[in-house]
Amino acid sequence: MSGQHSDMSQQHSEPAQALLSACDLRKAYGPTPALAGASFAIRAGEVVAVMGPSGSGKSTLLHCLAGIVRPDSGTIGYGGRDLTAMTDAERSTLRRTEFGFVFQFGQLVPELSCAENVALPLRLSGAGRKAAERTAFEWLERLEVDDVGRKRPGEVSGGQGQRVAVARALVASPRVVFADEPTGALDSLNGERVMRLLTDAARQTSAAVVLVTHEARVAAYSDREVVVRDGTVRDMAGAL
Amino acid sequence: MSIGHTLLGLLESGPRHGYDLKRAFDEKFGHDRPLHYGQVYSTMSRLLRNGLVDVDGIEPGDGPERKRYAITEAGIADVGQWLTQPEKPEPYLQSTLYTKVVLALLTGRSAAGLLDTQRAEHLRMMRVLTDRKRGGDLADQLVCDHALFHLEADLRWLELTAARLDRLAKEVGA
Amino acid sequence: MNNSRRTAVNNSLRTRSGGLRTGAVDPGRAIEVGRTEATGVRGWVRDLALGARFAVTGGRRGWTRTALTAIGVGLGVSLLLVAASLPHALQSRDAREDDRRVSALDGKPPSDRSFLFAETETRYRGDVITGTVFRPDGRGPTAAPPGLTRLPGPGEMAVSPALAELLASPDSALLKNRLPYRTTVTIGDTGLIGPGELRYYAGVTSLDDDSADGRGDAFGGVKQQGEPLGAVLLLVILMACVALLMPVAVFIATAVRFGGEQRDRRLAALRLVGADRATTRRIAAGESLGGALLGLAAGAVLFALARLSASEVTIWDVNAFSVDIVPNPLLAVLISAAVPIASVAVTLFALRDVAIEPLGVVRNAAASSSRRVWWRLLAPAVGLALLLLQAGEVTMGSADIATYQIAAGAILVLIGVTVLVPWLVEAVVSRLDGGPVPWQLAIRRLQLSSGTAARAVSGIVVAAAGAIALQMLFTSVESRFTLSTGADSGRAQLSSRADVRDGSVAPRVFEAYAGTKGVDAVFGTIEATISRPGPRRADEDFIPFTRLTVGDCPSLRELASLPSCEDGDVFTVREKRELNSYPYLPRAGERVDLAEERLGPDGEPLKTEAVLWRVPASAEQVSMRTGPMGEQTGGVLATPSAVDLAKLSRPTVSTLLRLDAEVPEAEEYVRNTAARLDPLAQVDALHDTKYTSQFASVRTGLFVGATLTMLLIGASLLVSTLEQLRDRRRLLSVLVAFGTRRATLSWSVLWQTAIPVLLGLTLAVLGGLVLGVVLLAMVGEPVADWWVFLPVTGVGVALILLVTLLSLPPLWRMMRPEGLRTE
Repeated sequence: MSGQHSDMSQQHSEPAQALLSACDLRKAYGPTPALAGASFAIRAGEVVAVMGPSGSGKSTLLHCLAGIVRPDSGTIGYGGRDLTAMTDAERSTLRRTEFGFVFQFGQLVPELSCAENVALPLRLSGAGRKAAERTAFEWLERLEVDDVGRKRPGEVSGGQGQRVAVARALVASPRVVFADEPTGALDSLNGERVMRLLTDAARQTSAAVVLVTHEARVAAYSDREVVVRDGTVRDMAGAL
Repeated sequence: MSIGHTLLGLLESGPRHGYDLKRAFDEKFGHDRPLHYGQVYSTMSRLLRNGLVDVDGIEPGDGPERKRYAITEAGIADVGQWLTQPEKPEPYLQSTLYTKVVLALLTGRSAAGLLDTQRAEHLRMMRVLTDRKRGGDLADQLVCDHALFHLEADLRWLELTAARLDRLAKEVGA
Repeated sequence: MNNSRRTAVNNSLRTRSGGLRTGAVDPGRAIEVGRTEATGVRGWVRDLALGARFAVTGGRRGWTRTALTAIGVGLGVSLLLVAASLPHALQSRDAREDDRRVSALDGKPPSDRSFLFAETETRYRGDVITGTVFRPDGRGPTAAPPGLTRLPGPGEMAVSPALAELLASPDSALLKNRLPYRTTVTIGDTGLIGPGELRYYAGVTSLDDDSADGRGDAFGGVKQQGEPLGAVLLLVILMACVALLMPVAVFIATAVRFGGEQRDRRLAALRLVGADRATTRRIAAGESLGGALLGLAAGAVLFALARLSASEVTIWDVNAFSVDIVPNPLLAVLISAAVPIASVAVTLFALRDVAIEPLGVVRNAAASSSRRVWWRLLAPAVGLALLLLQAGEVTMGSADIATYQIAAGAILVLIGVTVLVPWLVEAVVSRLDGGPVPWQLAIRRLQLSSGTAARAVSGIVVAAAGAIALQMLFTSVESRFTLSTGADSGRAQLSSRADVRDGSVAPRVFEAYAGTKGVDAVFGTIEATISRPGPRRADEDFIPFTRLTVGDCPSLRELASLPSCEDGDVFTVREKRELNSYPYLPRAGERVDLAEERLGPDGEPLKTEAVLWRVPASAEQVSMRTGPMGEQTGGVLATPSAVDLAKLSRPTVSTLLRLDAEVPEAEEYVRNTAARLDPLAQVDALHDTKYTSQFASVRTGLFVGATLTMLLIGASLLVSTLEQLRDRRRLLSVLVAFGTRRATLSWSVLWQTAIPVLLGLTLAVLGGLVLGVVLLAMVGEPVADWWVFLPVTGVGVALILLVTLLSLPPLWRMMRPEGLRTE
């Protein structure tokens, strides 16, 4: 374990490059520690896969990095600011304007049409309805689901829904996209299609992607992977 | 892969020269390793000997042999039989990786480190294949997927083994 | 899911159901569910029972929903039971009052067992204290009122427990002075109309034939017909019942479906193990039935508790003994039958557009999109027709109304308004579009399923429409029940009048009041009747008479405009022509007869000695002024030394008192003085206006009922909002991850509640106004105020805010990222 820590400190010797970096995060839910000194860094435009067995703390790491959950201790640097020192409102604004999210399932608002779902982040940031929906349709087209724009999420297939979710994550041109098992509920063909579109789009907009997954084939779409084990992060590039 | 059966199968659509056969083979199946012409020559001789092909004609010319091969009835039957015969699933019971892990445990070296290194290597290969898939056509994708699924299976084994290293260490008596 | 596929799945399940009889998953349940072929009554009973069992075995969340249903239905049922108990409670009060009324000996001579009696009434700090005082004629044993074994002896007093408690309280000295008797015994419950009644019986030696109300020798046996209510008031009461009980019924109908949609989803699992569609429906109905039966039991318990504590509660100045609160058996049976039946009917009705499929619940969009409007208009149309047939039929004079026709009409109109709600909400919401994010979230949500919201709102609609109609009826007929007394409570606040043997006692009375603490001014007058001397003339039916009012100058100035006044002066006041109460006014210098005309037992005037008095020649004619009590006094006004008070025959001593606003309890001091002067004296407060008391109590009742109803409906709205939020916990967490602000989602909850409620209220206002206009047409009154719906809509808006406010803390709690972890 101590060896892994020294690996991490090495990696953090060049923080200038990192877009988003976390140092020594600790977070416990009740008596169970989910993160026990986890560190992480991602550069702009980089796709990093976060892997590890279930219950290892992958999702908690993602929630902390995204400013959804405040860690018990540790720091998270983004754009020269410490996320852990920000207020809830500040973190909300950050998530709205700088980050994008894709989850495994149940993330689309069922009563809104797919296009309205995609337009939602823009509208939450104050964009007008017409303009937001026009942009939404452009993104739906990029993700090859513009034909379902007028349908409700309940009326589209799982793969289509997930691509709609990806479109929504990217629509506000985020700097970082957080994807938590984005293909978890899809078959491999649909899953790979989503991954291809997600990483292609992220590269084109040079957004960083934090990709939590337990599937190696999904992780293979990344530039680099880290493994979360027992609440700490092991950088696999560093293991070589 | 049985090269003989593959070449026979390619002949079923019509007689071909040996060189044509090699090109067709390379194009469809030889993604990583193109067929050596000598292999074609020796295989065709064997097939000829066994009466599975005939020499349809010899074209005169200054290059190497320009024999045109055609498949015989026996040859067609042989291809049919080969295709209907299921391949024996590979049992993978003899694994170098397993041997390495046990040896590392027995000699007090870091088995976890070994597994991690292997894991990184596997993922590196998977990333290469995934990249190739991105730009490739359907044939590329199918071939890469085949490899990816196998690598993924190895990777899962690496993960499971990593999770059970302590027990394994006890059992091998390290 | 398309139709053909649905059928296919259904068929395959049906064929499979046989195999499932030997069930692999849960043998017991599978056997019961699988046998779908059995139909008829037994099948129904079995499925309903199975569903009812599910209602109580559905795990913690299932239990919570069942409990909510039970509480909701229980509240409704207990309200209905209370309403069903009112007739008996009121009858009991009347019976108790009849039983203790003295049966008077009309004109019969006194006997050893007879007694003189007088009823008294006083107010102590706003509470009414009634009493009866007695003086036995002889020494023989007398009858006793209920709750007593004998009449209290001279100076003795029997008091009710509530009065005893009041007298025992440390600051009751003022009251003790007013009731200067020795308390010897407590009146038993049988002698009281309610446990909180303040009542006493006392033995008084000063009672005589003149001051007593009469003579009696027994109690009870006299049924006194109460003041007839009158058709208009009956109509108001009937409408109040309809307007109050309809929402309770709607509320019960809503409550039996609490969490029903989640239950339906759970029932999909039953379809998987082979139950057919009809069976699942019956099981769903059974679940509601289970909740409704529990609710019925809860209602009975709540009612029993309410009944036990009835003696502690006083509504509209009235409380009742627990034993008197017994539901009308017929109504009780009706309630216990109607609630379960309604629960089943409501569920089956709610499920008519819903297909419970093996893989989930499907709303049949085709059926719901064509919500037809015509049959929804049928009910109010029939209702209005029924009511319009009664137009002009309900008049002040008549004492009866076509109860059933009017009730049916009003109920139909209200039901019609209620069933129009889902149609209106859907029709309007489907046309809405655009707007900011919270608005968009809310309308899209409503577009997807407006039924739930509309159902919850229907309770508000029926309550509001009923209340608006009633308010219209009220404000328009109010003038008939509000009597302007003409009194001016700025000039005087209390009035006491006493009939006396002759006028000589009056100065002592005025002095006593003037010396009472807290009295600012005393306007004391002695009023007597004077007549023209001599016999009746041939063309007259009676001897002309007028009034003589004697008082000091300040007192007389309250009644007439006097240019100057000194003791010894006499004035004459000519009445305004239209009053015409006295046919005669003596001129100055004319003689009048002060003796009262007495009637003999045969009704003929008795020959009495004339007591002549001359109106002084100096008497000046002055103009009339309206007195503090609103009275206009004509006749002769005299200052005290102008006439011998002792010669006035059986005059009335009238005292008007102006109180010092600075002295607390000045009124109580005055009442004590009055009681000291005469135990039977009555002191009245001057009010500028007064309601007919029955009217006032109906109005109070309506307010109490409307408040309760609105609260119930608010509770059911809150429950459905919270259920919906709980279902969307994960989605809320995702939206938070996005950086959605609390305010955005809070506003969306507000809109989601507000849109259906506001649409419902619009409908309620329309329906209420129409119903009100029709009701007014029935009583032949014009609409007095078109804006009566404002308070009711205000309550509706307050309800929206309340529900939103109460659902915010749970919303914010659910907006935490922990929801993302429930995978």
